[in-house]
Amino acid sequence: MRTSATITRPPTPVAIRMRRLVSLALVHAVLIGGAVFMLLPFVFMLTSAIKPPGEIFEATFRLWPRQFYGWQNFESALSTAPLLRFLLNGLIVCGGILVVQLLVAIPCAYALAKLKFPGRPILFSLVLLGLCIPVQAPSLPLYIAFAELGILNTYLSMMMPFFLSVFAIFLFRQFFKSYPDEIIQAARLDGVGEFEIVWRIVVPSAWPAIAAFSIFSVVAHWNDLYWPLIVVSDTKLATPPLGMMYFADSELGSNYGALAAGATIITAPLVIAFLIARRHFIAGITMTGIK
Amino acid sequence: MNTVAAQVTPLDAVPPAGGQRWVERFAGLGFAAPAFILLVLTNLAPLAALAFLSFTNYELGALDFSFVGFKNFGAALQDPVIRRSVTNTLLYVAIVVPGGVLLSLLVAILIHQRKRTRSLYEVIYFLPVTSTLIAMATMWQFLLHPTLGLINQALKGLGFAETAFLSEPRLVIPTLAAIGIWQLVGFNMVLFLAGLSAIPRDLYEAVDIDGASHPIDRFLKVTWPMLGPTTMFVTVTTFITAFKIFDTVTVMTRGGPGGASEVLLYAIYLEGFQYFHMSYAATLTLVFLAFTLVFSVLQTFILDRRVHY
Amino acid sequence: MAGLTLRGIRKTFGDTAVLNDIDLDIADGEFLTLVGPSGCGKSTLLRIIAGLESQDSGSVSIGGTSVDHLRPHERRIAMVFQNYALYPHMSVFDNIALPLTMTRLNLFERLPLMRHLSLRRRRIMNEIAREVRAVAEQLRIESFFHRRPGQLSGGQRQRVALGRAMVRHPQAFLMDEPLSNLDAKLRVHMRGELTELHARLGATMIYVTHDQIEAMTMSDRLAVMDHGDILQLGTPADVYERPATTAVAQFIGSPAINLFQARVGPGGQVELLGRTLPIEVRNAPTPELTVGVRPEAMRIGGGPCAVTCRFRRRENLGSECILHFDLVASPEVAVLCRVDNGIPIPEGEVPLAFEPRDCHVFDNNGRRIEVESRNAAGRDLRRASEVR
Ligand SMILES: Nc1ncnc2c1ncn2[C@@H]1O[C@H](COP(=O)(O)OP(=O)(O)OP(=O)(O)O)[C@@H](O)[C@H]1O
Ligand SMILES: [Mg+2]
Repeated sequence: MRTSATITRPPTPVAIRMRRLVSLALVHAVLIGGAVFMLLPFVFMLTSAIKPPGEIFEATFRLWPRQFYGWQNFESALSTAPLLRFLLNGLIVCGGILVVQLLVAIPCAYALAKLKFPGRPILFSLVLLGLCIPVQAPSLPLYIAFAELGILNTYLSMMMPFFLSVFAIFLFRQFFKSYPDEIIQAARLDGVGEFEIVWRIVVPSAWPAIAAFSIFSVVAHWNDLYWPLIVVSDTKLATPPLGMMYFADSELGSNYGALAAGATIITAPLVIAFLIARRHFIAGITMTGIK
Repeated sequence: MNTVAAQVTPLDAVPPAGGQRWVERFAGLGFAAPAFILLVLTNLAPLAALAFLSFTNYELGALDFSFVGFKNFGAALQDPVIRRSVTNTLLYVAIVVPGGVLLSLLVAILIHQRKRTRSLYEVIYFLPVTSTLIAMATMWQFLLHPTLGLINQALKGLGFAETAFLSEPRLVIPTLAAIGIWQLVGFNMVLFLAGLSAIPRDLYEAVDIDGASHPIDRFLKVTWPMLGPTTMFVTVTTFITAFKIFDTVTVMTRGGPGGASEVLLYAIYLEGFQYFHMSYAATLTLVFLAFTLVFSVLQTFILDRRVHY
Repeated sequence: MAGLTLRGIRKTFGDTAVLNDIDLDIADGEFLTLVGPSGCGKSTLLRIIAGLESQDSGSVSIGGTSVDHLRPHERRIAMVFQNYALYPHMSVFDNIALPLTMTRLNLFERLPLMRHLSLRRRRIMNEIAREVRAVAEQLRIESFFHRRPGQLSGGQRQRVALGRAMVRHPQAFLMDEPLSNLDAKLRVHMRGELTELHARLGATMIYVTHDQIEAMTMSDRLAVMDHGDILQLGTPADVYERPATTAVAQFIGSPAINLFQARVGPGGQVELLGRTLPIEVRNAPTPELTVGVRPEAMRIGGGPCAVTCRFRRRENLGSECILHFDLVASPEVAVLCRVDNGIPIPEGEVPLAFEPRDCHVFDNNGRRIEVESRNAAGRDLRRASEVR
C-alpha cells in the first residue's frame, strides 16, 4: 500500500478536470435516459392530442404535427364523453371525502394526543390496527351493505368508506402531541372551550400536517379506480379514472387523437396543481410517506 | 350561605375538583365518538363480516345461505385461476420491489448531488405519481402496440424483432411491472431524497479524511448504512403498493392473454363484483389480507417511529 | 382581588406522591413565593390552584368560596407560564384580547363570517380594544401590537404574557418561573417591574422560582417546598435567619450553609469537634446534632467558636470571594467562607471562627432546635423560637 502510494504521482489538474467532466456526463446521461422513460407517455399523450389520426402512428415520431388537429381532437373528446362532468365528480368526491376526513380526524387526534378519557388506549390500538388494513379489504361487505340500503350509484356510497382516515388520525395525533401543553392550559384559563381550543388554537399551527394530508388524500382518491368501479355503474357519476375507462372502452376508443385529448383533460388538474405547488406536494409525500 | 350550598349540592359525589377532569373526559369521548363510530362501520364491522362470509355460501341476492366450514378455502386452494393469480402477483411483486427500490435509490443519489438541475429532474421523475394511472395506462397501451406502437417502431429501427409486450404471456407481467416501476420511482425517490438530506454532511467529511473518498466507498460506508431505515420503509411500502396491482391489469389486459396477467385483487374484483360469489370473494380477500399483513404491520410499526415532530 | 386557602391538598401521579397534604393561606394582595428543588411539586400546586389539574383530595378556596367544582376560567385566575404560552398564530393584540372576547362574545359572534352579522359585536370589540390598549400602555407594548409572538424578544413576550393575565382583572396571578427564560440583565429589570406591578395592582400573586434572589427580594412570604411538603413558610428574613430544617437551610442562601456533625454535652452544651461551644440546647431528642453556619458568618481567626480547616482554593466573585476549605478533622467535609476580597489568602491550616448567634442547630432528623446562646461576654440568653 505504502509503496504504491508513494509511487503514484498525484493526478495533474487537467486529468482531474477531465475525470470530473466524464463522470458528470455519465450522471446526466443516466438521468436523462430515465427522464425520457418517465416522460414518454406524457409526451406521447400531448403530441397525439394535437395530431390528426393519420399522423399518430407514423413511423417517424415528431413532436409537432404537420397538420395541427388539436381543436378537433379536444372537441370530439368533450362531445363524446362528459369529461368535464367526470372532473366535477372527481372534485365533489375528493372534496367531500377530504372535508369529512378532516372534520372527523382532527378532533379525534386531538383527544388522543391531549385529553385523558376512558378508552383512549383502546382507541389508539384500533387506529394502529386500522393502519394495517388495506382499503380494498372492507369493500366486499360495504358493497353488500350499500346494495341492501339501495345507495349504490350515489356520491355518498362513493365517499362513505373513506370518511374515516385512520392515517389522518395517526398523523395529526403525532403532530398534536408535540404541541405545547402550556398553550392549551393558557387557553383553558382564558375561557376557551375544548372545541374552540381544537379549531382556533391548535389547528392553525398544524397546517403543514393538514396540507400534507390533504395532498395525500386528494391524490389517492382522485386516482382511485377500484371503489368507483365497484359502486358506480352510472356514467354520470363516474370519477376521472372511471370515466377514462368508459371512454377508452367505447367505440370511440379507437379515435386515438380524441382519446389522448381526453387523457390530457383528465390528467391535467392534478399535474397542474402539482406543478404549481411542487414544494408542498413533495413535502407532503415526505411527511406522510405512505401511499 | 356558601357552606350550606356546598354541602347540599351533589358535587360531593364527584371527586373533588372534578371540573377539568370531567370536562376532559366528556370532550375526549365526544371528539372520539364520530371517528370511533365510523371506524366500526367502515373498518371493523366489515372485517368481521368478511370473516363470517368466508365460512358461508352467501351470494349477493340469495335469500338464505348456510355455513360451509372451510369449503371456500379448499376451493381457493384448488382453483387454477387463484393459483395463477397468486403466482402472477408474486412475480409482479418480485420485479417491482427490487426494481422500484433500487432504481429510485439510484435516481435519488444522482439527483441529490445536482444543484441547478435538481428541481427539474425532481419534477420529471415525480410527474407519474400525480398523474391518473388509468389515463397513462391507456397511453402505454398505445406505445406498446405490437405493430404501430412507438416502442416497437424504435426496436424495429434498431434491428430488433417486433415484440407483443402485452399479448405475449411470458412478457405481460414484466411489462406491467415496468409500468408499475414507472409510476413508483418518483414517490420512492422523494422519500430517499428526504433520507439523504438527513445524513449529516460531516460524516462524509470524516470518511473522506479516513481515506475513503471514492464514491463507491462513500456509498458503502455512509450513505447505505445511514439510509437503512428509509430503505426499509420504502421497501415495505413498495411491497404493499405492488401487491395491490389492479388498475393497469383492468385497463390494459383484463387478465389476458389466457390468464397470464390475472392478479389477486383483480380475481377478487371479478368473483365479488362481477360474478357476485360473495363468500368466495370474501375468502380470497382474507388470503389477500394474509399476504399483506406482515408488511402492513411492519409499515405501521415503522410509521409509528418515523412520524414524529 | 381575593385571598386563597388551600386545605389538605394531595396529588399523586401513578404511584408517585407529588403533593402531601398541603395547607396554605394566602392573604389578599400578598406576594407569596414558592421555592424548592426541581420536581418538588411547585408547578403541580399552581396548576391545581388554577384548576388545570385536579387534586386527589383537599380543597381550594378563593375569596372564601370553594372553587373545586369550577373550571379553570371560572376561577378568575390568571397564569403566566415559564415559556409564556402565547398563541403563536395570533398577533399580540389578539393574544391579549382573547380572554375578553371569550367571555364577552357568544359563540355565534366568534364564528368566522357569521360574526359580521352581529350588531353588538363591533361595540364590544371597541370596548375590548380600549381595555387591551390600557393594559398595553402600562406594560409599554403598544408599539408591537400587530406582530406575532415569534417576532418578539423574550422580554417583550414576557410582557405580552403579563398583559394577557392582567386584562382579565383576575382574583389572583399565578406565575410559574416567569423570568427564567430571560438573560440575567433583563431578569433584574423585569424583577423590578413585577414588584412595581404588584404594588400598583395590589394583586394576590403566587410566584414560583428557582432564583433565590427573586425569592428573597420580591416576596412578602416564602414557602419552601421539598418532596411535596411545605418545609417552612415565613417572611424571607425569617426563613433565612431561622431555617426550620437542614433542607431549608441548605436550600436558602448562596453558597449553601456549612453543616457540621456535633453532639450534646452533659450540661446541654453543644460539642463541636471536641470543642464545647458557648451555646446550650434543651430537649434535644438525641445526642447527635447538626450545626449549621452560613459562609457569610465565617471569618478567618480564632475564638470560642471555631473549626480548624485546610485552605483549598479561592473563587473570585468581584467584590467578594469564596474561600474553599477542608475540615482538618474529617477532610471529606468542605467548608466555605465568604469574605471581602481584600483579605490576605491564608495558607495551610487556619482556624475559622463564627459567632454563637450565627449557629443553627438541628436534631438528627434535621429539625431546628431551640438554642440558648451565651456570647463570650456572658450576656443574656437569646431564645430562638422553634419554627413549625
Ligand atoms: N402529568 C404528569 N404525569 C406524571 N408525573 C408528573 C406529571 N406532572 C408532573 N409529574 C411529576 O410530578 C413531580 C412534580 O412536578 P412539578 O412539575 O410540579 O415540579 P416542579 O417543582 O415544578 O419542578 P421544576 O422546578 O423543575 O419546574 C415531578 O416528579 C414530575 O415528574
Ligand atoms: Mg415547574
